[in-house]
Amino acid sequence: MVSTFQNYTRYLVIVLFALFLAACETVPKDTATSTTSSSTTAVEIMDGVYVGSDTVEMLAVDVPDRIFFAYDSYTLTKAAQNTLEKQAKWLKANGSATIAIEGHADERGTREYNLALGDRRANAAKDYLMTKGISSSRVTTISFGKERPVNSGSNKKAWAQNRRSVTVRTN
Amino acid sequence: MRKLLLYLVPLILFTNISYALIEIDITEGNREPLPLAISEFFHDNNPEIINKKITENIRTVISDDLERSGLFSSIDNKAFIQNNRAMHLKPRFADWRLIKAQGLLTGELAIEEDRLKVEFRLWDTFAEKEIEGLVLITTIDNWRRISHMIADKIYERLTGEEGYFDTRIVYVAEEGPKNKRIKKLAIMDQDGANHKFLTSGKELVLTPRFNPVRQEITYLSYFKNLPRVYLLNIQTGIQEVVGDFPGMTFAPRFSPDGGKIIMSLAREGNSDLYVMDLTTRVVERLTDSPAIDTSPSYSPDGKRITFNSDRGGSQQIYVMDSNGRNQKRISKQGGNYATPVWSPRGDLIAFTKFYQGQYFIGVMRTDGSGERLLTENWYQEAPSWSSNGRVLIFYRETKANDAGDGHSSSIWSIDLTGFNERKIITPVDASDPSWSKLIQ
Repeated sequence: MVSTFQNYTRYLVIVLFALFLAACETVPKDTATSTTSSSTTAVEIMDGVYVGSDTVEMLAVDVPDRIFFAYDSYTLTKAAQNTLEKQAKWLKANGSATIAIEGHADERGTREYNLALGDRRANAAKDYLMTKGISSSRVTTISFGKERPVNSGSNKKAWAQNRRSVTVRTN
Repeated sequence: MRKLLLYLVPLILFTNISYALIEIDITEGNREPLPLAISEFFHDNNPEIINKKITENIRTVISDDLERSGLFSSIDNKAFIQNNRAMHLKPRFADWRLIKAQGLLTGELAIEEDRLKVEFRLWDTFAEKEIEGLVLITTIDNWRRISHMIADKIYERLTGEEGYFDTRIVYVAEEGPKNKRIKKLAIMDQDGANHKFLTSGKELVLTPRFNPVRQEITYLSYFKNLPRVYLLNIQTGIQEVVGDFPGMTFAPRFSPDGGKIIMSLAREGNSDLYVMDLTTRVVERLTDSPAIDTSPSYSPDGKRITFNSDRGGSQQIYVMDSNGRNQKRISKQGGNYATPVWSPRGDLIAFTKFYQGQYFIGVMRTDGSGERLLTENWYQEAPSWSSNGRVLIFYRETKANDAGDGHSSSIWSIDLTGFNERKIITPVDASDPSWSKLIQ
């Protein structure tokens, strides 16, 4: 009994600490289950932008295929610029490779506006690659708006993972 | 309290019965529905009518149309005291008043030379008068359309406004998980009957809109991974791409005369509005801002256009002349606004509003004043007007759980008064509805 109680208090302390770290989230009702999700959220989303690696695939070794955006934004974060720089290097090393950049939005917005937003995101990525010396003739863009989420959930993490542009090799 | 306007007009010299007897004021929300007795139409034991259950079917379609409007209730025919052919000539009004019927529909059916002849009369049971009557002749299989036309006549006679039952809805039928959703264009009567898929689901299709004058639909298709605006002739099934644009074209709508398509063109991350004349194929650029300009909609006189833009930093509703001049923001109440749609009556603009995490369908006057929110939900958008401007349809989605399940999408209708919200039943999930004008 005593040891169980001690374990329980220790667990509670950890839980409370995790909650403290995850201060950006509202206080959850069910402590045990939400602790994990909110502490994960705190690490995986920064300023509304997904910074985790769950959905990311690789174009080549150490060349991630996608970048993430804040809500209703097409601004490239530092992390996004790093990823695009890696893509630019890879494109230079593979001079015959052509790519399509797919722009996506989360489900919280009207369909037509999101088509335009996806187009903005894809072009933000394309423009950055062009400033790094990649010819526009090797890059096409396509917007899928909110039509092709990678995470089908309706929560902050899913939306953050869905606000993305993905570079796909086309040859 | 029911506020039925009942005029007892002295019958002196008028033989043409065109003045109001029973009348419903439909600008008033949530009124008590007007009770109508809709009888089964008589016929001479015609075997074809009996086999095809045409009498029962006509009654059901008319009753359902009128009841769905929220303005009428159809009295159970088990309560009918009089049920004989004589009532079509002269009903015993006292019997009908006894069961609280304010209006009575009677009719006769016949098949003449393989054609269905439908004669109906609408009676005011208090004024003891016939207030509407018509003979309609059609092919036998067309009983359903005839029923909608009769419902439209009754609606028009009792509300003073054109009916909207002989209309169709085109929408996007959705199936499969959210991340691999299969979408097809589908068309159905306004009550869900005669449902038909128009595309196979091989290509992603979005946002269909009816041509107001022709049997034609414009929509967005991802055919060959090139998202472009297309035209589809409903009768021939022939599809064609609209214009030759250097980027994604989307958010198409017809002009009120059906001769032009207005849409967004996305180029290098910037979306502006363009209009193309379908006859001359001449393209005109209407907006030129570094912002997203989309979801355009013409005023019914074709002189102005409302659209959605984030040029001021957030998504708002703008109005401009049809040549692109005098662009002016009209939405002012806070929150984000999208998908403005001009009412067929010209006086209102319906919209989607996103405010404090909730989505609303609402209406405002064309100068942005008088904003009224009709319905609030977790997600809903894309209103489309009934042909008479009294009802809106839109689509609504339910939230998925963390595993991505539990998501659904369906079409709903709501009265302009904010009452009578109803789900429109479709065989599979549904989104992006567009409501046709009355079928010609």
